[in-house]
Amino acid sequence: MRLRTTTAVAAGSALLLLTGCGAADMTKQASPFANAQGAKTVTLSIQSWVGAQANTAVAQYLLEHELGYRVDTVQVDEVPAWDALSQGRVDAILEDWGHPDQEQRYVGDKKTIVRGGDLGVTGHIGWYVPTYFAKQHPDVTEWKNLNKYADQMRTAESGAKGQLMDGSPSYITNDKALVDNLDLDYQVVFAGSEAAQITQIRQFAKEQKPFLTYWYSPQWLFEKVPMTEVKLPAYKEGCDADPEKVACAYPHTPLQKYLNADFAENGGKAAALLKNFKWTTEDQNEVSLMIADQKLTPEEAAKKWVDSHESTWKAWLS
Amino acid sequence: MATLTATAPRTIPGALKQPAVRKLLLLALVAAILVPLANARWASGAWPDALTVDLSEPLARTSDWIIDNRDSHPLFLYFFGHISNAVVLSVRAVYLVLLAAGWAGVTAIAALVAWRVAGVRLALGTAAGFLTCGLLGMWIPTMQTLALMVVAVLASAVVGALLGLAAGLSDRMDRALRPVLDTMQVLPAFAYLLPVVLVFGIGVPAAVLATVVYAAPPMARLTALGLRGADKEVLEAVESLGSTARQRLLTARIPLARKELLLGLNQTIMMALSMAVIASVIGAGGLGDRVYQALASVDVGAALAAGIPIVLLAVVLDRVTAAAGERLGTERKSPVHWAYALAAAVAIAVAGRLAGRLDWPEAWSLNIADPVNRAVDWMTAHLYSGVPVVGGTAEWAGHFTTWVLDPVRDGLQWLPWWSVLLIVAALAWLIGTWHTALTAVLAMAAIGVLGVWQPSLDTLSQVLAAVAVTLVLGFATGIAAARSDRFERALRPVLDVFQTMPQFVYLIPVVALFGVGRAPAVAAAVVYALPAVVRITTQGLRQVDPAALESARSLGATSAQQLRQVQLPLARRSLLLAVNQGVVLVLAVVIIGGLVGGGALGYDVVFGLAQGDLATGLVAGAAIVCLGLMLDRVTQPTERRTKKGA
Repeated sequence: MRLRTTTAVAAGSALLLLTGCGAADMTKQASPFANAQGAKTVTLSIQSWVGAQANTAVAQYLLEHELGYRVDTVQVDEVPAWDALSQGRVDAILEDWGHPDQEQRYVGDKKTIVRGGDLGVTGHIGWYVPTYFAKQHPDVTEWKNLNKYADQMRTAESGAKGQLMDGSPSYITNDKALVDNLDLDYQVVFAGSEAAQITQIRQFAKEQKPFLTYWYSPQWLFEKVPMTEVKLPAYKEGCDADPEKVACAYPHTPLQKYLNADFAENGGKAAALLKNFKWTTEDQNEVSLMIADQKLTPEEAAKKWVDSHESTWKAWLS
Repeated sequence: MATLTATAPRTIPGALKQPAVRKLLLLALVAAILVPLANARWASGAWPDALTVDLSEPLARTSDWIIDNRDSHPLFLYFFGHISNAVVLSVRAVYLVLLAAGWAGVTAIAALVAWRVAGVRLALGTAAGFLTCGLLGMWIPTMQTLALMVVAVLASAVVGALLGLAAGLSDRMDRALRPVLDTMQVLPAFAYLLPVVLVFGIGVPAAVLATVVYAAPPMARLTALGLRGADKEVLEAVESLGSTARQRLLTARIPLARKELLLGLNQTIMMALSMAVIASVIGAGGLGDRVYQALASVDVGAALAAGIPIVLLAVVLDRVTAAAGERLGTERKSPVHWAYALAAAVAIAVAGRLAGRLDWPEAWSLNIADPVNRAVDWMTAHLYSGVPVVGGTAEWAGHFTTWVLDPVRDGLQWLPWWSVLLIVAALAWLIGTWHTALTAVLAMAAIGVLGVWQPSLDTLSQVLAAVAVTLVLGFATGIAAARSDRFERALRPVLDVFQTMPQFVYLIPVVALFGVGRAPAVAAAVVYALPAVVRITTQGLRQVDPAALESARSLGATSAQQLRQVQLPLARRSLLLAVNQGVVLVLAVVIIGGLVGGGALGYDVVFGLAQGDLATGLVAGAAIVCLGLMLDRVTQPTERRTKKGA
């Protein structure tokens, strides 16, 4: 009995010593898996889409093989990733599609996140139909004619209306408002995750069925299932300000990198590499395609790209 | 208002003999008075707006407040901060120890522990399991998950044991805790994620805490059960020896409850493991994260490569703790053996260290992703559509959606809200007591008040359809397994694997087969719930008194007659339990089905997590809780309640 109490007391006081008796700021606690065994560790966030995996894979490969870091990756959705970045649970986001609210909060007000510059890739969201269908019916690429084809886009899930397929709930979308405001005879069906959406698109394509989907570029799937964008009313600055009243297309966004403020200052060579990291849409697609379609592991894909593009990445190491 | 329907007085006219008829008549009477009133005031099919409370404003404000004050407010600095810190430090400590032991050391220690507590066969199985994890190239993620699990399981066991101790010793605590624990047992794991994310943000602390909350209840329940079930005569004997209450607890009651304690630990471990995977959505890292990442690139093979170590961990931990429970008290092991075992393990770890082989050698890996993906591709290519005569899976899914899911959903949504409450009350009261009926109706009404009546009914329709399919398949398989020993033996490993496989792994093949929508969500739910239903059905049928069967046989009953007139009626309680379990499990997966187009509440929760929009997510989470509570109470047989107290 005596023994047990003493161990308990010892364990308790050890815990107290470890945690310190003062304040504990949980916004400054890193991942428990970071920096294990004295290795210098960088934690990168991976978003759920493959383009983001490609960025991370190449950065990870260079950090590990050129600079000798250990890299941990964590999959986090877009908005929570900002919070994790601010707390230092991840050190960098390599591809952000534009979150003005978050940027204001963390970069502007709290100053826990700093900008990391352009990724070099421009992102664009839009509505797409498969190219085989667009060739047969060229007028489908104007939004005004979409209602004509609603019948053909029907599925069990959309009922009497045509189906407009949306993807992961984490993606930026105005589609429900667009369908209402443009008076379209369509039902937005949320696939719930990008994986589910891609699987469904490929099934449709295999049978050469018509479909209408929310999609974005750069995206490797275009190489496998060619798709043509449907022209929505042109985007003008500020036309998407009120989410209820949006009736225009999505903008073209230069994708951005963001770093944790502490990491940007004290991260040494790793931080410098991530700040310099800049490549093109073609580069990203090349790696994405290797991962998602040829089913290489992200590491193998990154190695292949790194081996054949030395001049590009040498510049990042300076 | 309408909730009053269930609070009917308990004085019942004596003339009516049948309790079921009595209950229904009484309910009809109450309804006849209240419904016209309610209808006159809020005449609408869906839940009336006047009775809803909009929580999104205050919730959004709370969430903003937390984010703004997380690094300054004392509540966070001096309370949550320390909790979070302690979690990070302990997970880190365990992880470092595991890494320091190296793969050889960890495997050796695990095998030797298994050998000491469970025998040679399980020791070999354990070693093989760990080596397979390494072979699949998953050593580091496995260690991360293991580190997280060790901390979460220890914390759950301590919290659970303390709660169980309180409930086991004090009647008042028991009365207060039992409904809470019962409820926590039936909640889908997804509903737990949001509240912890709200406070702790994405990351390991949130994941560990969600796991603890999810995994502690079984420990608490079984501890209380064990303490209360202790043999009265032994206790009296100890008491007559003049021992104090504390001595009695330590020397008699706790040792007597060892079996329950170990069973509790076993269940806690299993639940912690399943949660550790789901928690990858909130940044748990480790194996779950690998599954989640593989799904993003629609890579079933890679998802499986990360899923197999989870299943192996689960099977190993389950068997070892179960074997330890069975061996308890049969023999006393000498501490010398333990010392040998320890020395051997340390020697292997040190040898591994000296050889410089701490990390799993990269050359020793097996790529299973490609063959698996080819198999899945072949399956989807040949089964998706155009199969002669029976039609492809896509057509089935389409028909199922149009002919089953749509009518059920539209029907539920068409029903006036008060009649839904009445149906719930009637069902719950017929199967259970007025008590369960009241809880069920209140839970259903709460859904309306939260303002998510329509999506909840959508989710409910999916649950009902999935449960129906599960029960038909499950009862059929269960009956077959109960009648043939060979079939049951062949089935057992399959059931084991499906019960421990993380639900994430089969979401994608399900989409490949059934497309996007509610049908794949239902299919995944059926696959997940089936093993439990089959198991309980088989067990129930096998436990039927052999004498009853024998006498039926001697009267010349055919085997179909035996089944229908003897076995099934006698196994009624087990069958009801199977329904109850089926409903609870189906709900858990229908929610996760939000990831494959299931829509409704599941989608709202995923949306809330993904967009950091906690108002949407928390309201949907609360509605899921209510739905779970309602479904559990409606299917809860009276016997379970009276039996459980022991």
